[in-house]
Amino acid sequence: MADFSAKFYANFIKDDRWLGLVSGLKVTIIVTLEALLLGVIIGFIVAIIRSYHDKTNKLKILNAICKVYLTVIRGTPTMIQILIMYLVVFGSSSLDSIIIGGIAFGINSGAYVAEIVRSGIMSIPIGQTEAGRSLGLNYAQTMRLIIVPQAFKNVLPALVNEMIVLIKETAIIGYIGEQDLTKAAMIIQSRTFDAFMPLLAAAVIYLALVMLLTFFMNKLERRLRNSER
Amino acid sequence: MSDNKDTMIQVKDLHKSFGKNNVLNGISTDIKKGEVVVVIGPSGSGKSTFLRSLNLLEQPTSGSIIFDGDEITDPKTNIDLHRQKMGMVFQHFNLFPHKTIRENITLAPVTLKKMTKEEADKRADELLERVGLADKANAYPEQLSGGQKQRIAIVRSLAMDPEVMLFDEPTSALDPEMVGEVLDLMKQLAREGMTMVVVTHEMGFAREVGTRVVFIDEGKIKEQAEPEEFFSNPKDERLKEFLSKIL
Repeated sequence: MADFSAKFYANFIKDDRWLGLVSGLKVTIIVTLEALLLGVIIGFIVAIIRSYHDKTNKLKILNAICKVYLTVIRGTPTMIQILIMYLVVFGSSSLDSIIIGGIAFGINSGAYVAEIVRSGIMSIPIGQTEAGRSLGLNYAQTMRLIIVPQAFKNVLPALVNEMIVLIKETAIIGYIGEQDLTKAAMIIQSRTFDAFMPLLAAAVIYLALVMLLTFFMNKLERRLRNSER
Repeated sequence: MSDNKDTMIQVKDLHKSFGKNNVLNGISTDIKKGEVVVVIGPSGSGKSTFLRSLNLLEQPTSGSIIFDGDEITDPKTNIDLHRQKMGMVFQHFNLFPHKTIRENITLAPVTLKKMTKEEADKRADELLERVGLADKANAYPEQLSGGQKQRIAIVRSLAMDPEVMLFDEPTSALDPEMVGEVLDLMKQLAREGMTMVVVTHEMGFAREVGTRVVFIDEGKIKEQAEPEEFFSNPKDERLKEFLSKIL
């Protein structure tokens, strides 16, 4: 027990080392939020272009671009994408790596969100579109008011899954020099030569983040479902 | 005759094929204001495709449809504007499950700026009152029976004040005891002078309120006449066979 307190003191209290974890957590949250926002925007746009193409055979070029995007992003490691973004695309720019990271993770997540949303749109019976269009609503109005709200409800669990993956995946942002939660734990380890304590702390914080997110999303899901009966 | 100003929809030589499958093989007919045209035919005859072509839910392969003097089959025509005047009722109701009954009814008129939210709500309540479902205004479609859903679907179309109503087998998905309530509402509409095109298997309805019955088979109009003549003195062989099976 005395040993535990001593280790706890050395890893977190001494030299205010816990502050490193706090600022790391801040970085993790910021990057996740950036990526989430960008990913959802990209995802919805790509999904709508793809479904519109599937239904009408229009927007051929945009659809082809979307397909290349999906293939490349889903076919290469996130790690490589982050490094390319940092060292090549923004190699000569002075943009903060927290922004570059957010962009890279957002572009990555967008590909997965796109397919999730597209599957949601496809899950809505064609009769819903026909009902909307036959009332005189145009394609965009039908999508916005009738199809997407129902699709969103259907894919919420899959979207939450993607968000959870995203939170944890940001752990590799340390490779482009950003001190996120994982990196902060490693820094403590390099000072104290104790791996267990800081890594355990980081793991617990990630777990808490994910549980918090899941809690709120379950609430949202229940609210959306309740409105139907 | 075809320039008659009472003509609401003019269909000229309509063809539709899905790949190699020819579903409509040249249908021409005029639908006049106030007519109740009942379309019957065996399954796969193309009767639903014909109906769905009238508001371009199916894009015809060739031929033209003129509605209110505008050729709606012309790609330059804004079909959304014309669809506002053509109500459509589906076999499977297609109510919006994420909206309340009142929202189902007011969605289109409000979105398309035909009415303000308040006007649309008032109109929805009047329409619901009329079909005896005023107490369901805040319910969701899930909570309704099939017959109630279909009456709401009809009311939802009526909220747009359409000039013509298209019915695609409106009672086919209903339990038998609910068919009556839907047909009653449709009869009421017909008596009020609504122009209607109805694809159905309800011969009683055809006889009672139809002004013209059209028999479609193999993508063509094989016979059409007033109900009395149509049922008592069919001429086409396929029609005779069809009637003998269902009557």
